[in-house]
Amino acid sequence: MQIEGFNAEEKFVFPKAPTGIDGLDEITEGGFPKGRPTLICGGAGCGKTLLSMQFLIKGITEFNEPGVFMSFEEPSDDLSLNVKSLGFDLEQLKADKKLVVDHVRVERSEIEEAGEYDLDGLFIRLGYAIDSIKATRVVLDTLESLFSGLDNQAILRAELRRLFHWLKEKGVTAVITGERGESTLTRQGLEEYVSDCVILLDHRVIEQVSTRRLRVVKYRGSTHGTNEYPFLIDEYGISVLPITSLKLDNEVSSDVVATGIPGVNEMFDRGGFYRGSNVMVSGTAGTAKTTVACYFADEQCKRGEKTIYFAFEESPQQLIRNMKSIGIDLQKHVDDGCLLIHSSRPSLYGLELHLLTLRKLIKEFKPTTVILDPISNLISVGSEHEVRSMLVRLIDMLKFNNITAMFTSLSKQTDMIRPDLAEESVSSLVDTWITVRDMEGIGERNRGIFIIKSRGMGHSNQVREFIITQKGIELLEVELGPDGILTGAARQSNALKNKLTEVKLQSELDRKDREIARKRKVLEANIEALKNDFESVEEELSLLKATEAIQEQVGLNKKRND
Amino acid sequence: MIDSETALTLNENDGAEWQLLLYIAGQTPKSIRALSNIKKYAEEHLAGKYSIEIIDLLKSPQLAEGDQILAVPTLVRRVPEPIRKIIGDLSNEERVLVGLNIKPVTK
Repeated sequence: MQIEGFNAEEKFVFPKAPTGIDGLDEITEGGFPKGRPTLICGGAGCGKTLLSMQFLIKGITEFNEPGVFMSFEEPSDDLSLNVKSLGFDLEQLKADKKLVVDHVRVERSEIEEAGEYDLDGLFIRLGYAIDSIKATRVVLDTLESLFSGLDNQAILRAELRRLFHWLKEKGVTAVITGERGESTLTRQGLEEYVSDCVILLDHRVIEQVSTRRLRVVKYRGSTHGTNEYPFLIDEYGISVLPITSLKLDNEVSSDVVATGIPGVNEMFDRGGFYRGSNVMVSGTAGTAKTTVACYFADEQCKRGEKTIYFAFEESPQQLIRNMKSIGIDLQKHVDDGCLLIHSSRPSLYGLELHLLTLRKLIKEFKPTTVILDPISNLISVGSEHEVRSMLVRLIDMLKFNNITAMFTSLSKQTDMIRPDLAEESVSSLVDTWITVRDMEGIGERNRGIFIIKSRGMGHSNQVREFIITQKGIELLEVELGPDGILTGAARQSNALKNKLTEVKLQSELDRKDREIARKRKVLEANIEALKNDFESVEEELSLLKATEAIQEQVGLNKKRND
Repeated sequence: MIDSETALTLNENDGAEWQLLLYIAGQTPKSIRALSNIKKYAEEHLAGKYSIEIIDLLKSPQLAEGDQILAVPTLVRRVPEPIRKIIGDLSNEERVLVGLNIKPVTK
């Protein structure tokens, strides 16, 4: 059956009633069709009643749209009690004249059918309830109970058709729930009557982990997300997690945040990571991934950036104690309210709930830095594909909020630099990828750190050796040997060799100096001797000259006398 | 045929052995038929010991919830207990009598 469709005007600005349910409004691009019925179907226990109830309550509390809940299954008191645990106070809303809960009891044993009838009684009840609080939202949960209470299917079907027309005329946004049938969406084929918007809920258990999923089967007159979206029921009700935001249009920042490790900053051209980027630190066991992460956390806290540290392996106390041993005082930041350490075992709950916990904490704490240590552990909860899809969503969310994130990831292979599962699944998502690795040599193990990639920033290509002392991480200067970069003992022996060479050189120099001094002395002596020679010759000459002068004088005198 | 009063008691008989309520929604052919039918059966089988109250839900919709009215017309047997409900225009005499648990007067 076709319900008369939308006119041209509606096509342009399709009126929608926001559900107020986390994520669902994004999938449906604004909510359920306003003034039209929406069908929510699914098997037992998949959250139909809760979803519809949340739609009503959010309508009242957030959009000031009073609502009527017509229950064919649960008495009003039971309903109040059931949703009270989710933090909704139906009694208060009822007292405020914002909500009417009407329980329609259809008891086959009490009813005898004798002749023709119609469901005007139901219409009148509903109409009365709607008018009494001027409701714009209506929930009928579960209309199909009528089929078990009444015999005459022909009348029932005709009346249902009339009911939906009537609801549309009333202009209320209606939600009808229906139990899932064998081959049809609902057991009684309600989708025939309600065809504006159909939402299918599903509850699956895969490897002992349950996942609830939601899918918009159809939505007339509007585009919508078509995928299956996981959703969760927790103490705040239902939240749907859109797998990915459809666009990649988050704002980017050119701010740079420091890594916290002296030396590593210098490996990046601009001295750190971009704010809002994702950093992955990968490495094999015991390569100080957590230490690197804690350094980052410490640095951010020192700068007054609020930070959440999600530890999947260590308890907060353990983490704080361990970091104290290398001179990082995380406790101080925790006390300041700057740092939040959240520890949970990956297997505690499914991936979706993990993601939701992250989301919730991020929403509440409003951090600018988030650290996940380690993400590779999550693989134990879900398959690679699921982990990836979760991480994509997480990264999306972090980017959207401009949160700088650091993930650590354990790689299994020791001799391969290139990554395994966890890394491969995320490597294309992260902006910066730092690897810490073991460098095994002659009987020793050294730690090296290097940058595999850093989007939008030049970076060093060197593997830098670092040591962890009581004072923390210390990056050593690059030592170049004949066969490349030297580490550990090789570095030390090289240093020794260098020293020897230096000493040798020095003594050689000293020797040369001495020789020159000696040579100078000889030279000077020679000069002295020559000078003496010269002087004696000079003296001789002057003596000779003097003698000659005297002889001449004598000669002259002789002539005069003659 | 049906009075414009909201609730019309057909014959004043508070302590009647059989207290019947007929819920209708306006004067539709179905409700008119239902009323004439129940009157006929009552006269036939319960003469002198019954009362029929007619409630028009169009005029007093708030009454629908109390008796869990869903379909109209609905005939409710208040007394004797337990409460029984018969929906429809009551054209099927046998089912009405079974529903009300009236043993037909021997014919």
